Amino acid sequence: MTLKFVIKRLVFLVLVIWAASTIVFFIPRLSSRNALRERFGELARTGGFSPGDMEKIIASMQQQFGLDRPLLEQYWQYLHNIVRLDFGYSLYRYPSTVSDLIAQSLPWTIGLLLVSTILSFLIGNLLGGISAWPRAPKWMRAVATPFILLTGVPPVIMAILLIFFIGFKLKWLPLGGAYSVGQVPNLSWGFALDMLRHQILPALSLIFGSVGGWVLSMRGMGITIQGEDYVNFAEHKGLTGGRIFRDYYMRNALLPQVTGFALALGTVVTSAIIVEGLFGLPGIGTMLNLAIRSNDFPTIYGIVLFITITVAVLMTIVEFLYPLLDPRVRQS
Amino acid sequence: MNVTLVQGVVQPRVPIHSVGAMAAEPILRVRNLEVTYYTDSGRAKALDNVSFTLKAGEKLGMVGESGSGKSTLALAMMRMIKPPGRIEGGQVIVGDTDLMSLDQEGMRKARLSRIAYIPQGAMNSLNPVMKIGAQMMDAVKSHLPDEARPAIEARCKRALQSVDLDASVFKMFAHELSGGMKQRVCIAIGILLDPDVIIADEPTSALDVVTQRQVMETIDNVQKAINAAVILIGHDMGLMAQFVDRVAVMYAGRLVEMSTVREMFTDPKHPYSRALISSLPSLDNKGVFQGIPGLAPSLLRLPSGCAFHPRCASVMPTCSTIRPEAQILPGGRSVTCHLYDGEALHEGRT
Repeated sequence: MTLKFVIKRLVFLVLVIWAASTIVFFIPRLSSRNALRERFGELARTGGFSPGDMEKIIASMQQQFGLDRPLLEQYWQYLHNIVRLDFGYSLYRYPSTVSDLIAQSLPWTIGLLLVSTILSFLIGNLLGGISAWPRAPKWMRAVATPFILLTGVPPVIMAILLIFFIGFKLKWLPLGGAYSVGQVPNLSWGFALDMLRHQILPALSLIFGSVGGWVLSMRGMGITIQGEDYVNFAEHKGLTGGRIFRDYYMRNALLPQVTGFALALGTVVTSAIIVEGLFGLPGIGTMLNLAIRSNDFPTIYGIVLFITITVAVLMTIVEFLYPLLDPRVRQS
Repeated sequence: MNVTLVQGVVQPRVPIHSVGAMAAEPILRVRNLEVTYYTDSGRAKALDNVSFTLKAGEKLGMVGESGSGKSTLALAMMRMIKPPGRIEGGQVIVGDTDLMSLDQEGMRKARLSRIAYIPQGAMNSLNPVMKIGAQMMDAVKSHLPDEARPAIEARCKRALQSVDLDASVFKMFAHELSGGMKQRVCIAIGILLDPDVIIADEPTSALDVVTQRQVMETIDNVQKAINAAVILIGHDMGLMAQFVDRVAVMYAGRLVEMSTVREMFTDPKHPYSRALISSLPSLDNKGVFQGIPGLAPSLLRLPSGCAFHPRCASVMPTCSTIRPEAQILPGGRSVTCHLYDGEALHEGRT
């Protein structure tokens, strides 16, 4: 039963990745724009070689990239490469491969986004849970309210406000960048601390923007769960308030939130592009931004496909976690 | 605390005739209990001056229409009335402790260990994400923090055994059990700490007839084993008749009559009790069932005098002006009705 579920999910995952990669493969080929021509046209404008040679260069490049071969053969080769996570070469930063670029920028994105998404999930759900818990002290229940208000502020504005007041006016934290200018990345405590200081504002702008959402949905769940018979019966059993809160109330209210977490992972990418851009962090978002601006098509498609695969895999993992959290799902 | 629950140990049942006689000190004394709900459209007095006593091992059936205050009484005794409801006054004395005078922590400790509640909606009363065993163990642990894990586990398994459940239920989840089994688990949890008083709030309402009987027998057996006083709340007079010693009838938040089962069924005193009894189907009486005319009154706008007078078959002029008080009739029954004002036993005529 469970094995069947796992296999079904995995097959589904492969299908999602296949569909995404197929779309990513065919869309640029439907376009009338030629990535190579764009790139070399740009180079030609800035000078460096005569426009007459351009067609020759493009022809030889097309041959090298295999773009002159039949579409189906290209597609087959492409799928073959995807399996090995080979997204081809970057046009802009040739001869770096797209995989190289992703590998360079990924740690920054994971460090910032994954950590702040998990943090805001934990903070938001705890605050939301408390705000709907009738036995919590009034001041504790009120803590959640400002976060609900902050949900209305777009992350861009939040980031700019934070940069302006905390970074520029108060000068408590650096304005942007991944680490201080002049620092050379190394494995010392000093550098780690410097790097962490640079991550605080971007993390805050992400957390402030998303905690309120968790608070709201968790509060809704909490209000439903606190009226459940098993929460009442737990009190009849004479359990301590803390235990009822943790094992009977939060544990059940969190179940749908876990699904929400999987969905939130998908939107993380959007935040990445905005926040990394504003703070000048060398993450995936910045890389994607740069690639779009420089017509670096292979990098754009590589990153988009990579993000799709990552989100699909993370969602599958969450789905595998769900039966562990809810015994009722294990059977069906 | 350490009375072992052994199936089949039959404690001497309190004989029906001795009820009312001063045989033993009552284990439960409820005095002048009052609960009011403060709603937007006014105050609703859900419990009005309710008093009664129960001895150890005695079983009391609590009947009445929906909204008559049966469940409110149960919740008030557990001190689980939630806002906008409030316990306005009265005492609930178990042994020699008045539950109403305990602080929050004291009351928490008293729940389950002195006075246990078996819930109405047993279908949803178990946490869906915790194993049955864990839900039993945390109950024991919160009262006996020093008891070792194996001892707690043994105690829980004994409780499961005493309600005729297999020990394997310990490792199961609620959704793997049938309705009757879930209700049994709730009963097992109720008797974990050998409470003095057990309140079962419509324990059979969601079950089929066969299971109803089994569950009632289970309650009967376990309460005999630990000699607890039991309050059984329910609508089903027939089921009650087979299991309880005394029956209390509630109407609009008041206790209108309390008699032994036999007296209640053969010679009900209060006109409302009479109406209830005559609305029961029986084998001898194959005529048309008599319902009770009218509707249960809104607690927000109770009729003046006796709340039952607009529906009463034996209504008298005084009924609409003066509120009757509970009076003890010869033989120890209690009835709240003007028909019995004064002294002697009035032969009620309808």
